[in-house]
Amino acid sequence: MKDQQGMSIIVKTVTRVSVWLILLYGWYIILHGHLTPGGGFAGGVIIALAFLNVMLAYGKDFTVKWLNIQFLKDMEAASITLFLVMGLLGISFGGAFLANFLGKGKLFHLFSAGTIPLFNVIIGIKVAMSLFLVVWVLADIDSTKGGEL
Amino acid sequence: MILPYFVILPLLAAFLITLLAGKKDDWAITLAFMALISLLVLSIFGFVTMHEETVVYSMSGWDAPIGICLVQDALSLFMLVMINLIALTSLCFSIQYIRHLSQDWKYYALFMLLIAGMNGVVVTGDLFNLYVFMEIALISAFALVAYGCRAEEYEASFKYAVMGGLSSSIILIGIAFTYSATSSLTLARIAEVLPTVDPRLVLWIGALFLAGFGLKAASMPFHAWLPDAHSSAPAPISSMLSGVLIKALGVYVLFRLFFNVFGAPAIFMQLLLVLGALSIVLGVFLAIGQWDLKRLLAYHSISQIGYILLGMGLATPLGILGAVFHLLNHALFKSLLFYNAGAVEMVLGTRNLRKMGKLAKLLPVTSGTSMVASLSISGIPPFNGFFSKLIIIIAAIQAGHPIFAFWAVLGSLLTLASFMKVQRYGFYGEIEHKTPIMMPGNLVRFAMLTLAVLCVLSSLMVLPGIRELTLDPVVDVILNKTGYIRMVCGRAL
Amino acid sequence: MILYVLCFALFLVGVYGLLTKRDLIKIILSTAIMGYAANLFLVLFGYRHDATFPILTEANAGQPMVDPLPQALVLTSIVIELGITALLVALAIRLYQKYATFDITKMRSLKG
Repeated sequence: MKDQQGMSIIVKTVTRVSVWLILLYGWYIILHGHLTPGGGFAGGVIIALAFLNVMLAYGKDFTVKWLNIQFLKDMEAASITLFLVMGLLGISFGGAFLANFLGKGKLFHLFSAGTIPLFNVIIGIKVAMSLFLVVWVLADIDSTKGGEL
Repeated sequence: MILPYFVILPLLAAFLITLLAGKKDDWAITLAFMALISLLVLSIFGFVTMHEETVVYSMSGWDAPIGICLVQDALSLFMLVMINLIALTSLCFSIQYIRHLSQDWKYYALFMLLIAGMNGVVVTGDLFNLYVFMEIALISAFALVAYGCRAEEYEASFKYAVMGGLSSSIILIGIAFTYSATSSLTLARIAEVLPTVDPRLVLWIGALFLAGFGLKAASMPFHAWLPDAHSSAPAPISSMLSGVLIKALGVYVLFRLFFNVFGAPAIFMQLLLVLGALSIVLGVFLAIGQWDLKRLLAYHSISQIGYILLGMGLATPLGILGAVFHLLNHALFKSLLFYNAGAVEMVLGTRNLRKMGKLAKLLPVTSGTSMVASLSISGIPPFNGFFSKLIIIIAAIQAGHPIFAFWAVLGSLLTLASFMKVQRYGFYGEIEHKTPIMMPGNLVRFAMLTLAVLCVLSSLMVLPGIRELTLDPVVDVILNKTGYIRMVCGRAL
Repeated sequence: MILYVLCFALFLVGVYGLLTKRDLIKIILSTAIMGYAANLFLVLFGYRHDATFPILTEANAGQPMVDPLPQALVLTSIVIELGITALLVALAIRLYQKYATFDITKMRSLKG
């Protein structure tokens, strides 16, 4: 047994398949945010849960190797900066902060509603990264060290 | 159209800091300075030209009753100038103070988020948007209180966060009641509809908001979290919390809600009078026994907020004038006092007054500016605190409340006694100190001297010519409910 | 009306836990319960008895809907509570590092 961390082989095998399905479902929720219930926050939470699923099944060390934590941190900062830049584009093209400056399209179509799907994608990435990183940081604290008052 | 930039700029600075700063804090400091200097210039520019600019900004192009609007009037611009001024000096003070804790950019990102939240609370014209900005400011404040990573800081931050959660839930329930009664969240629209609502419901909403925002402002029965949080935080953050945060989230919102939205109902004014007088006297009694310098200052914050609430509760133009003037003055001298305490802590490594001593020779700038600030807060004539307290006391007598005026005078005398103790033990004591840990640098001294000069200069605002330009428009906005409604809803409805 | 009373009772449960419990984790749960009660209040105020969900699809166009605004507000306030809860948990872990206990009566570096 070289792989002591994580859960049993059954859980690992199921996770290996299901994590991609969960990620796909998360992206579906994000991209259809302007048509159906859900959107950036809900889809982002689902994506973060997919990563957490891997972390629970395979253990912390494997997840850190599998995902590049520094890249996730950069994605988080970049996505929220992009949100502000989109808002500022709204000032220059639409006349007000966060204004919807793209064409509205047809109702009930996937590519419609102007900037709202773009904002959904940005928020989805931000929420997914933030939520996963929060749990990762909490799991990373060693509660036996740092006892000095 | 400068209004949205008060929120955009600090947010942009915070996010760019997280994106660009590597391990070091050089980039973070540069970005934070750039953002804060431009914010200060913008807010002063806005205050000078406030009669010409457009006043209502509709976010994302939706007009007032449907979308979220930002409102620019004399009160919000006055608060913006105050916030960004104190924030800039606090940043000057932070660099050396934070570097001896850690060399990290996270502090500056959180600091800019704190500014973004407070600026947002002040400019927004929408009740729920106000709640969201308040939470942004509060969450970054919780994290900043715990920044020093000592046990007492975690404990204070935990207590602060739990109390903040309680008050936020109360405010959220208040917002729910308001929305169900008026079916709107724009403050001006609520103000318009509220007279037609059942008065018992209005009473209930007002009580919820008074409890929620009173907790944020730390008036007397809701004060328990303040001394811990404000004394444990790093010194520049203590000055931000005590000097600005409790005013932007507490007092400013109380002004906006109880005057511009509710139209100064008599029962709440009575309550504010009683809460104010209680805070003045009990805060100063609790302060006078303290030996921890920052804890003593934190209890004085409760007492000084009491003066502002007292002036607010009088609801006469003179009382409001005194309250607004004292709001600015307290921000100046309390921030300065916290910088002094932080500088002494840097040099000696202690906050205990018994362990300080002869500091007048060792730290001429710190002890000189602390003398100025102590005289200001105790209300000695040439300094600003004297004039604002005098105005509040005169207003109380004019409004027929001589008892409250007596409490205010008593509180002022006890404040003087308590700061004589600070000067006697802290800066002119017996213990000689030969080996300072580190000396305050130029930026630290610059921050303290700027605020000391402003403490003297701001007393000029009581002169009639300057008062008409600065304080009187603010008082007009607070007392003019119909003007506020007309300004925000004028074009939209 | 009974729903509102029950909702208020939920809020009081949170306040009771906040005031009486000594365990940090239970205090965090109490703040969360208070937040949920407040959110529930908001959703209840937007409810309408004979209306559909507030999402425009081809099927329910033109029918009366429940008020969508409180639901949007609740989503926002859930996110805020998530942030506060995460922060409180982090602080609780840090306090556990320092004191090796979750009991607040054993943490006494702040007095007065």
